[in-house]
Amino acid sequence: MNEFQNHNNFMDMIRAIRACKTAAEERAVVRKECASIRAAISENDQDYRHRNLAKLMFIHMLGYPTHFGQMECLKLIASPGFPEKRIGYLGLMLLLDERQEVLMLVTNSIKQDLNHTNQYIVGLALCALGNICSAEMARDLAPEVERLLQFRDPNVRKKAALCTIRIIKKVPDLAENFINPAAALLKEKHHGVLLTGVQLCTDMCKVSTEALEYFRQKCIDGLVKVLKDLANSPYAPEYDVSGIADPFLHIRLLRLLRMLGQGDAEASDTMNDILAQVATKTESNKNAGNAILYECVATIMSIEENGGLRVLAVNILGRFLSSRDNNIRYVALNMLMKAISLDSQAVQRHRATILECVKDSDASIRKRALELVYLLVNESNVKSLTKELVDYLEISDPEFKGDLTAKICSIVEKFSPEKIWYIDQMLKVLSEAGNNVKDEVWHALIVVITNASNLHGYTVRLLYKYVQAAGEQETLIRVAVWCIGEYGEMLVANAGVLDIEDPMTITEADAVDVVETAIKRHSLDLTTRAMCLIALLKLSSRFPSCSKRINDIILHHKGSFVLELQQRAIEFNSIIEKHEKIRSALVERMPVLDEATFSGRRAGSIPAAVSTSHGAAPKVPNGVVKPASAPLVDLLDLSSDDTPAPSSSGGDFLQDLLGVDLSPASSQGTNQAQKSGTDVLLDLLSIGTPPAQSSSSTLDMLSPSQGNKKSVDMLNDLASPSAPSAQAFSPAKNSPMMDLLDGFGPSPPAPETNGSTYPSVVAFESTSLKITFSFSKDPGNPQTTSIEAQFANKSPNIYSNFVFQSAVPKFLQLHLDPASSNTLPASGTGSITQKLRVSNSQHGKKSLVMRIRISYKVNEKDVLEEGQINNFPRGL
Amino acid sequence: MGIRFVLMVNKQGQTRLAQYYEYLNIEERRTLEGEIVRKCLARNEQQCSFVEHRNYKVVYRRYASLFFLVGVDNEENELAILEFIHLLVETMDRHFGNVCELDIMFHLEKAHFMLEEMVMNGCIVETSKANILSPIQLMDKAA
Repeated sequence: MNEFQNHNNFMDMIRAIRACKTAAEERAVVRKECASIRAAISENDQDYRHRNLAKLMFIHMLGYPTHFGQMECLKLIASPGFPEKRIGYLGLMLLLDERQEVLMLVTNSIKQDLNHTNQYIVGLALCALGNICSAEMARDLAPEVERLLQFRDPNVRKKAALCTIRIIKKVPDLAENFINPAAALLKEKHHGVLLTGVQLCTDMCKVSTEALEYFRQKCIDGLVKVLKDLANSPYAPEYDVSGIADPFLHIRLLRLLRMLGQGDAEASDTMNDILAQVATKTESNKNAGNAILYECVATIMSIEENGGLRVLAVNILGRFLSSRDNNIRYVALNMLMKAISLDSQAVQRHRATILECVKDSDASIRKRALELVYLLVNESNVKSLTKELVDYLEISDPEFKGDLTAKICSIVEKFSPEKIWYIDQMLKVLSEAGNNVKDEVWHALIVVITNASNLHGYTVRLLYKYVQAAGEQETLIRVAVWCIGEYGEMLVANAGVLDIEDPMTITEADAVDVVETAIKRHSLDLTTRAMCLIALLKLSSRFPSCSKRINDIILHHKGSFVLELQQRAIEFNSIIEKHEKIRSALVERMPVLDEATFSGRRAGSIPAAVSTSHGAAPKVPNGVVKPASAPLVDLLDLSSDDTPAPSSSGGDFLQDLLGVDLSPASSQGTNQAQKSGTDVLLDLLSIGTPPAQSSSSTLDMLSPSQGNKKSVDMLNDLASPSAPSAQAFSPAKNSPMMDLLDGFGPSPPAPETNGSTYPSVVAFESTSLKITFSFSKDPGNPQTTSIEAQFANKSPNIYSNFVFQSAVPKFLQLHLDPASSNTLPASGTGSITQKLRVSNSQHGKKSLVMRIRISYKVNEKDVLEEGQINNFPRGL
Repeated sequence: MGIRFVLMVNKQGQTRLAQYYEYLNIEERRTLEGEIVRKCLARNEQQCSFVEHRNYKVVYRRYASLFFLVGVDNEENELAILEFIHLLVETMDRHFGNVCELDIMFHLEKAHFMLEEMVMNGCIVETSKANILSPIQLMDKAA
């Protein structure tokens, strides 16, 4: 005999496994059993087959692999005896699943069993089919199942019904065949068949709209009657659960009614009475009753409008909310979330209770309550709700804090009535749970702070206070350090004090202290310390007395092992020591970041736009290339004239950006100076025209632009190695510089004449591309200029999918003809030409400007280059 | 749909019965069981019987030393599932007479048969104890 034979019965094996004290022992026992089972299988042992299979199932439940037993299942199913078949089918369902190919072998056995005379065996086969059949099996055996839906025995009928559910889920096309039989099932008396029949109809409606229509028209009355009978039925011992007859059937019927009533007013009308009856008559002191009420409320909420019923439903929910049983409260909160979309007034009444639930000791209830509160917030109650939530934040659990913080931040952002309140709340949240706050949130906060210019002093003082108290919250430190850097002098000089503030005197040394402590703290990460360095640079210019001390701190980091810090330290040090004159211009106050475009950019995903505003660059140290101004989207939209004019701040930006309106009276004082610097720079390219009326001496503007550009480039390189637009930015910026230095590049502009010839200019040049514009005007139409653009490839690679786009400000009209081709051969061996026509409605007063964007594919990579052309000859 | 799995787990975390209505391989099952059981065992009596896990809910109830866990879709009526768990326990009680954990362990296949009669493909089939138990009693008589 085989020494692996193990004739212990099932019970003994279980006892042996239970007796194991350690996992290793258990594994040993299991392994022994598996070996003996495998031996038995290979010997084709008949007698103990079903016992072995039972053992295998137990072992499978414990989590061990049991694939060798699958063929055993098949053999058992094929054997004639009922117990063997039983175990075989059970094994089939537990050990196999629909993805195994072995399942195909079973199809024939199942088919035979479906036609068996013994109804229990038929039931078995249906059961197995219903649990794990695959799509092919479903197709094969569907006709059999359809026949069985009308079998004499109700047990078989009910199993056939559930089997049908699975079949139509797997093969939705077959649903049509089953509509009629399913409708017939609804007239049954046997609860089991009725239950499954209702379930079948529900699922059919989900799968096929045709079925939905059919049931809606034909079956609703029948269903209502069944429900009425059920609700009014006398005590039936079989199906009774704590005094209510068959609550499961109640619930199923309600669900089907919901499905049929959704979206259809007529159907909903027929259901009103019975729903009202169920809602009022069902007892709610037992769980079964509550379950029915819950389903009833769900149904009322989903079907078409009926004021009376809705009120009833909300009342029931209110009752649930105040129940002491946690389960019921949970369920009520769940339902209220759906109710709020229909009738938020009613839900608002329960606001206080819901708020209490947020602080409940039960984690599930807390979660639900928080989501509900989030939906409840509107303009009128936002302040009180937020106050409650923020207070709770201090005492909540760590896992819950993350969720809570995220919700508070979004509430505050969406509904804040005034900026000062917004800032207050955000700072409180930051100091409590700063580490859970996401990056976009505090970026948004900074945008708001810069926009609220009257609150700068208040904000920075508040931040100073918080940082003293909660120094470990990293996000708080970042925001604080940035603000102190920007508005340091307001902090010290107590500028812009609001009435509600207490007087506070802070010296320059104190301010520098804060930043110094932050930078010394080792627990803070790289971004924060980098921000501290740049804040120190700003402070060194704003507080000249502390300059020496700040320089020392910076010097200390020159030897830092972290590349980023070391680089910054060296550069800033050299700025402080050698470039005294330009330092103040470098660290001028940041321009106000436009909120509208910021939120628009966050909502959509517009890639980092190239910006000619140097003001954007110091934002880069945060490690995020954030193009603050230069709303590229607005600019591109201008080509189509149907977009309305952007908001006034955006419009001003636009004008400023393009340097067209060079009026010195601008609120963004220094920013304007910087921008006009570039424009003046570029204007110098066009000979014969006096330098545009800039606000200050042009030459001075050159050096700060240069110096600034140098730090811009370095900062760009530091923080965003992978942003192609930044790369494109630098070459684009380089071109005007290079042109200036080279003495106006390869195409010497001829003196301006009044005739139709204008000098052709190099509109755009980068390391990889050169664009030349040549102009011609129709003598009879001085406002329109025809431009021929020529693109030349400077690199040794061929560019494919070459697309040129351009945008112009509102007073110009642009028309682009199709290009000659979109492949640009390498190294200038060929070129693409494209004609443009520009009409200038302000001809003579304003000259042309244009923003361009070129995209092409090189070496299977997409490249995007952008730039601005300001060097159009005057008079165009 | 509806019910995704039914588990019976004792207080030490050992699975006594596991029936899945959707496909999960062995690794996934083990992790799932481990996570859920830990969550349920950690809760006390006062807390509600519903736990949210990943994208579905687990309804559980403790009877003596055994936890009954039923995983359901989010749209399912939780209170009804609580009733269902109770019905399952009552059915087993009627068959085994004062059912306890050992009964389920030693007669695992019978427990499975009962569950099979009650739930098929994730939907509740039969709620009458008599109807559920009749095939099983027949089989016992025949054996």
